[in-house]
Amino acid sequence: MHLTEALKDADRIMSICNACRYCEGHCAVFPAMEKRLEFNPADLNYLANLCHNCGSCYHHCQYADPHEFDVNVPKTFSKVRTESYGEYAWPPVMKGIYKKNGYWVAGIGSAAVIGFTVLTSMIVGGAAFFSPNPEGFYGIMPHNVMAGIFGFVAIFALFALFMGIARFWSAIGLPSPLGLKRAEILQAIHDALTLKYMGGGNSDGCTYPDEKPSKWRRRFHHMTFYGFMLCFAATSAGTIMHYLAGLHAPYDFTSLPKILGSLGGIGLLIGPAGLLWLKGKADDRVKDENTTSMDIAFLVLLFMVSLTGFALVFLGGTSLLGLALTVHLGFVATFFLTVPYGKFTHGFYRLVALIAHAYEEKNGKALPVKTETKMAA
Amino acid sequence: MREEIEGRTFDVLVIGGGHAGLTAAVCAAEKGATVCVLEGAPHTHRGGNSRHTRNLRAMHDAPTDVLTDAYPEQEYWEDLLRVTKGKTNEQLARMAIRGSSESVAWLQDHGVHFQPALGGTLHLGRTNAFFMGGGKAVMNALYRSARDLGVVVAYDAPVKDLDFQDGFFQSATVESKEGTYVAKAKTLVASAGGFEANLEWLEEAWGPTAKNFLIRGTPYNRGDLLKTLLACGAQQIGDPKQCHAVAIDGRAPKFDGGIVTRVDCVSLGIVVNVNGERFYDEGEDFWPKRYAIWGRLVAGQPEQLAHVIIDKKSEGMFMPPVFKPEVADTIPELAAKIGVPVETLEQTVSDFNAAVVDGAFNHTELDDCHTEGLAVNKTHWARTIDKPPFRAFSLRPGITFTYLGVGVNERAQMLMDDGKPSANVFAAGEIMAGNVLGEGYLAGIGMTIGGVFGRIAGKEAARHALN
Ligand SMILES: Cc1cc2nc3c(=O)[nH]c(=O)nc-3n(C[C@H](O)[C@H](O)[C@H](O)COP(=O)(O)OP(=O)(O)OC[C@H]3O[C@@H](n4cnc5c(N)ncnc54)[C@H](O)[C@@H]3O)c2cc1C
Ligand code: SF4
Ligand code: SF4
Repeated sequence: MHLTEALKDADRIMSICNACRYCEGHCAVFPAMEKRLEFNPADLNYLANLCHNCGSCYHHCQYADPHEFDVNVPKTFSKVRTESYGEYAWPPVMKGIYKKNGYWVAGIGSAAVIGFTVLTSMIVGGAAFFSPNPEGFYGIMPHNVMAGIFGFVAIFALFALFMGIARFWSAIGLPSPLGLKRAEILQAIHDALTLKYMGGGNSDGCTYPDEKPSKWRRRFHHMTFYGFMLCFAATSAGTIMHYLAGLHAPYDFTSLPKILGSLGGIGLLIGPAGLLWLKGKADDRVKDENTTSMDIAFLVLLFMVSLTGFALVFLGGTSLLGLALTVHLGFVATFFLTVPYGKFTHGFYRLVALIAHAYEEKNGKALPVKTETKMAA
Repeated sequence: MREEIEGRTFDVLVIGGGHAGLTAAVCAAEKGATVCVLEGAPHTHRGGNSRHTRNLRAMHDAPTDVLTDAYPEQEYWEDLLRVTKGKTNEQLARMAIRGSSESVAWLQDHGVHFQPALGGTLHLGRTNAFFMGGGKAVMNALYRSARDLGVVVAYDAPVKDLDFQDGFFQSATVESKEGTYVAKAKTLVASAGGFEANLEWLEEAWGPTAKNFLIRGTPYNRGDLLKTLLACGAQQIGDPKQCHAVAIDGRAPKFDGGIVTRVDCVSLGIVVNVNGERFYDEGEDFWPKRYAIWGRLVAGQPEQLAHVIIDKKSEGMFMPPVFKPEVADTIPELAAKIGVPVETLEQTVSDFNAAVVDGAFNHTELDDCHTEGLAVNKTHWARTIDKPPFRAFSLRPGITFTYLGVGVNERAQMLMDDGKPSANVFAAGEIMAGNVLGEGYLAGIGMTIGGVFGRIAGKEAARHALN
């Protein structure tokens, strides 16, 4: 494995932390670190994916800049983490997309929005596109076309995502999923769903956006994640109603898809907006450029998916329906396309890292990383 | 900051923004006093040596959320008596011990979090409460509490002089980046630490060997305030040579290397000086009980330098060090790498190996592995040094903090030369730790002294000023 500057720095910093250990208790990174005497790239990728960039160990570090040891775990781990998505990405040629990811996502997003709008308006004709449609948005784009396009994109995205995660899984030395105990997986899922390690290890929260502990990042993240899950549930409910119950959109406001979608949509407006706001206020010293670029792109994307989703609902009966639909679909398509190639991946890498952590805690020792990924002496 | 301070008379002026000073500032402000803290270091280095700490020693009669079992007053007192060889002021020491039973809760009330006991090499979960995130997290929390209480804090504001008349403090002269100005207050809390970072002063006490000492903590504790107070007629406590000093890695930075520069494998191997000779029993007692004497031992060796040598058998048995050791497959090769005479080292190692009496090695107890017949025997954990690769870590004396200070009474009032308390000066922390620590050290008692006397000093100063 190629030794990047970030990996070298992470190795150096972990050797200092491992002799200090004052931050043990803040999060899972430190107990995992303590099980190791040396740090191979795969170890560092694993540790970096346990880190939530909460900032606690930076603000509490007596060796932080301007100390000559220049210890900065959150920033260095941000770099390593983002590089790790590239390292394990599938197909490997996609590695580069994690550099300046924000520009890629913005580019794909613009292309998708413009593409959908231009193509659809050409197909249905300008006049029809810009007038109210008695059949709602399926009058503009038939259900099967929409399902076909998104089904195809989703299958590719999920496959690419799966491949990346599988490579990460094996690189950090986790045994086959069948070799894991249920308790370990449940523990990891619990830690992921509660964002246990986004709490600074105490009742006051983590030190984000500044040195003062706060619980707001976790709250906004919960709104984002559960908002997303509600939207996902809304889409699933809609799909089931469409195919199994023969009930077709548009649904009215008291229907299951609408209620779930509206609640989720609100979460996806407030959550990402809050996270963006905190990110803006957060100390630059804990941020890595490439990661920030990816984070902002993802948060803006989620926000726009939700905002344009609401616009579609409210403009449904007007002459702007067509435009609202294609803009929304453009953002949704961008979301699906970048599932394996943007911030969305972090949830899965995080979950795998938490599974590894639960496994290590149960077994009381470090996972054996693959020898070919060992760092040269 | 200068404008906020100049021309105003505060109730309480705190000089030195470490754990002791901030504790005093917060307590005084909670009593309703107006408080100003002058911190000599920039914001990034605020909190002096306190930001390097990891725990405090707290008396308790029953298990608590952060301490196991019990650590009663009598046991704490006996521990202190043993390490200081009786050189302590019993009244003040017992005050510190009793006061420590409130320290954890006081800090928790002020935003400090503790963590469960460390599993590592120091078995301290019973006697010591560990800060989550270490001492800098503690200091951040205390600075936040102070800010919320309206305490005025100036960074980069070292005090160079005091206006002091007949045992009565009037004002302090600050030499900051904003120029030289005067800070006035009705009372003073002196909490600017010891003089450990003042190499010239250390040299006065220790002679030229002090040049080779490393300073484990802040470069800002230069003892300026201590020197001024002594010059103003404060009672001197302790001897300038008394200090806490440990053996740390010789490659550590001159200042501020902190905890990670320690070397934890002395009891597993042998220690030789630059001549390649052993000079002290490496296995006398558990390392946590012995690490504090090794600073002095190494300071007594030529060039103030030594090397600990271990073989493969000891790999992975101690906390991983930051600095990579010298590694070699033979003893002569290792000797060449670390610059000690090859023949002498070979002789030392073979004499040692020949003297080892086989036993059942157990690093968690005082085992029966020892040497016999050497001028300097190793009394526990003695195992032959014969399995390559061999590793060597260099050792130098690292000064933690000095004990020379000003005398205080049980109200934390500073005593004058004639034994009478100064009317409006209080002292807390390192600057008066010598009252309790005549010599020796108990892990975690530095923060205990700072906390207990900081709380007393803050309350007493506020009471004095507000009366
Ligand atoms: C590496 C290391 C680890 C330690 N670990 C522990 C531990 O785990 N537990 C424990 O109990 N003790 C520990 N100690 C000892 C402990 O740090 C001290 O006993 C304690 O912090 C003293 O607190 P203080 O407030 O008196 O001094 P400090 O925290 O050093 O504060 C003194 C402050 O005064 C300021 N100052 C100095 N001169 C001036 C001036 N002229 N004008 C204005 N300001 C000035 C300094 O900038 C500094 O901020 C450790 C020490 C070191 C160096
Ligand atoms: S981040 Fe700093 S304080 Fe925390 S464990 Fe690492 S070196 Fe120690
Ligand atoms: S999660 Fe927070 S405390 Fe843990 S390593 Fe990351 S920044 Fe540090």
